Amino acid sequence: MNSPSSAEPLLQLQDVSVAYRTASGAAVPVVRGVNLQLAPGEILGLAGESGSGKTQLLLSIIGLNGQHAQLTGSVRYRGQELLGRPIAELNRVRGARIATVFQDPATALNPYLPIGRQLSEVLRFHGGVPGRLARERACELLEAVQVADPQRRLQQYPHELSGGMRQRVVIAMALMASPEILLADEPTTALDVTVQSQILRLLLQLRERHGIAMVLVSHDMGVIAGLADRVAVMYAGRIVEQAGIDALFEQPQHPYSEALQRCVPSLAGPLPQRLPSIPGAPPDPAALAPGCAFAPRCAYRLALCEQRLPELREAGPGHWKACHYDQPLGRLRGELT
Amino acid sequence: MSAVQPELLRVTGLSVSYRLHEAGRRAALLHAVRDVSFELAGGQTLGIVGESGSGKSSIARALLRLVPASSGQACFDGQDLLQLRGAPLQRMRRSLQLIFQDPLASLDPRMSAEETVSEPLRVFEPALSAAERSARARVMLEAVGLSERYLPRLPHELSGGQAQRIAIARALILRPRLLFCDEPLSSLDVSIKSQIGNLLMQLQAQLGLSMVFISHDLAAVRFACSRVLVLYLGRVMELADRDALFSAARHPYTRALLQSAPLPDPRLARRRPAGTLGGEIPSPLAPPSGCVFRTRCAHAIDRCAAQIPALRRVGGSLVACHRAEEIAPY
Amino acid sequence: MSSQVLARLRAQRLTRIAAAVLAAIVLASLLVPWLSPYDSYTPDFALLSHPPMLAGAHVLGTDPLGRDLLVRVMWGCRISLAIGVVATLMSVLIGVSWGAIAGYAGGTTDQLMMRVVDVLYSVPFVPFVIVLTVLFGRGLWLIFLAIGAVSWLDIARIVRGQTLSLKQREFIEAARIAGVHGIGMIRRHIVPNLLGIVAVYATLTIPAVILFEALLSFLGMGVQSPMASLGSLVADGASDMQSHPHLLIVPAAFLTAIIYAFNYLGDGLRKALDPRGQP
Repeated sequence: MNSPSSAEPLLQLQDVSVAYRTASGAAVPVVRGVNLQLAPGEILGLAGESGSGKTQLLLSIIGLNGQHAQLTGSVRYRGQELLGRPIAELNRVRGARIATVFQDPATALNPYLPIGRQLSEVLRFHGGVPGRLARERACELLEAVQVADPQRRLQQYPHELSGGMRQRVVIAMALMASPEILLADEPTTALDVTVQSQILRLLLQLRERHGIAMVLVSHDMGVIAGLADRVAVMYAGRIVEQAGIDALFEQPQHPYSEALQRCVPSLAGPLPQRLPSIPGAPPDPAALAPGCAFAPRCAYRLALCEQRLPELREAGPGHWKACHYDQPLGRLRGELT
Repeated sequence: MSAVQPELLRVTGLSVSYRLHEAGRRAALLHAVRDVSFELAGGQTLGIVGESGSGKSSIARALLRLVPASSGQACFDGQDLLQLRGAPLQRMRRSLQLIFQDPLASLDPRMSAEETVSEPLRVFEPALSAAERSARARVMLEAVGLSERYLPRLPHELSGGQAQRIAIARALILRPRLLFCDEPLSSLDVSIKSQIGNLLMQLQAQLGLSMVFISHDLAAVRFACSRVLVLYLGRVMELADRDALFSAARHPYTRALLQSAPLPDPRLARRRPAGTLGGEIPSPLAPPSGCVFRTRCAHAIDRCAAQIPALRRVGGSLVACHRAEEIAPY
Repeated sequence: MSSQVLARLRAQRLTRIAAAVLAAIVLASLLVPWLSPYDSYTPDFALLSHPPMLAGAHVLGTDPLGRDLLVRVMWGCRISLAIGVVATLMSVLIGVSWGAIAGYAGGTTDQLMMRVVDVLYSVPFVPFVIVLTVLFGRGLWLIFLAIGAVSWLDIARIVRGQTLSLKQREFIEAARIAGVHGIGMIRRHIVPNLLGIVAVYATLTIPAVILFEALLSFLGMGVQSPMASLGSLVADGASDMQSHPHLLIVPAAFLTAIIYAFNYLGDGLRKALDPRGQP
């Protein structure tokens, strides 16, 4: 398995922040000071619930946040700064070096064009590859994503395909120009469970065979557990914990990561009378209190937590956490109050 | 553990079909539910599990008379739900209620929480004054964990979790006997899912409710239900007690579902046998002959194409598989 | 929700201007006849068809019978606006009820009700009004009848379409499970969720009604002398256009202003209710 190398990171995010300008002029921060690295061939998971900023962070890598977003910080791809680059230059990177797969395949595909056209379009845009060659490559890729009878599928329209099939086509489209990085935002959420596991295995295979690095955004810890090498857990726009996948699940260092894992009911093992839950709700990004955003819901909160924002610091080899609580987290019995 | 309660609902041979009209073609018949039977006792929770096209939502809608059933009987309180009309049908609505998947969509965007929650009272207890309705609404809101601050709120001022609580309050204000929950937790955040899940269990215990919990989330079903029904393309594949299903599933489809469910633990995920189910769910418009699961089943034999397997008792569970005895339980 | 809508309304400059213009005209039409020394029907034989003398006695001039044009036009505004608003209200009431019942009932009832709408749509307006005039003579209430009989059709169609799509929404299903049905459903859930669309269409129907009345007056079937609507004033002015243009320009200007104002208001309302729509 490809392990993260200490060589030049493929993608480097430094102090990236995204804020949205509201009608009243105030800026609502949805991503706050994120530092991240992606090594070649690595799968990085971005975990968090809605409002955590994980999707906005993903979009900021290739500048898809929309016109009301204000981005600050640095996003470097192979040492080249991407943030703030003009659209024409970004477009040479988008799709070609860094490709995306989003949640809903139905909206990613043009319902009026046959699949073959949409696939070949990627290569015609990114390198003026003639139609015939582009179609051959499209066929190759449909096979690579395990679509049976690819020649016939090229003529079909999106509505003639099932959800799982459409998502495979979207993945094939993302792979057309041989990208180095795949950005995936909840790629399997809209799919059935049995299809979901097929697609996840497919993504793993793509990494094994072609060394494609991925940033995978998901609210489902199970999806992340099955795919990612490293995970960054986000809450209220900041990374609160970052670690290798095994380390995160074995010994979570941040109360939020621990609580998230405990909330999810399991398929095996003892059944609790009540599911552990996190009281309260995620904060409104427009009204963030000073200090740690998770403090009001945290079972381990100290007085310091509501006053000072904890910085991300190393809590073990390759294991980072943003928390003032210094002791190892014990597994609290029953509901976290 | 509560004493075994008498049977509350007995569904026999329920089938639901939809006529689809496509431009230029003759109407096609979509069999969403085929010959589904199950029983539910008082105070019990039955989980209905399935993927898209399984018909799980149609079962609830047919029993609640939102869509017509094409055949079958549903015996509830001595009456056949599917044959009720007029006043008895209206009375039935007091006893059977439904929670929807998208809580914000299930609330009228122009009505405050108070109006929404007290609406069933307007319909079924018209003698109550506005003040009495308001008082009952307040009590109900408290029961679902919301303070009276939320009474005047409109749906767009509520979070997903809060909206679902309002929906639960509305459903339970008339003390129904049976509550259908159609993917009640699916659109909620992880940390909120467990809150609402706990709330449902707590209310069930308090009110002595029976529940039908429809979901594709196996882990949630395991937590909430004492018996589980597994559906595929409208037919019952397996009907078993919870522990039997999760530790010794007998139907190949159930096993595939359990194997595919993402495990939130990478070590367990790696140790799992890699038998992913291939293929896609066939279109409900053209289901396979015989056993509908045979096109994706590793154990399919000729007989599976020729004969629809009957739901029969194998071990402690009901299984619809010709080879149930031969296949080792998962 | 309404505070958000109001905020968006206020944010649009054109809408603000339109609302201000309308308010000014309404205010003027109420105050001017009351404050002016002249009334709308007393002739002044000394000053026939006098052009506007802005600093003098008759600010906007006089008509062929020497009546003060400003006061006549103000009365005209009152009448036109009253017809516009009242007839629109009537058509909204009829149209919303018709469309909501047809849409909610569905099936044969829906088909029958909408066929009635189709048939009425195909009736040519002007001959229809002529027939009414022949049968019932002329008069203000005839105008209401004629306009009312015709302008509810559009709203009925729109409301029926909206009702059909509302019927599919989950909160309607939820209400049905809660025991709501029939007229109760229409009253409590369907109609309140239509009000946005209806408000937009009503605001856009008012100028259409005013114009329709103007057309009737132009053809001589509208309000009768000495009462005046903007339409009848325009009609009278048109016949004298070449020698005394002010008799046409003044009422036409007010008529145009009112119609533009309502159109911008309606458009602004539409944008405020659905900010995702086209600009």
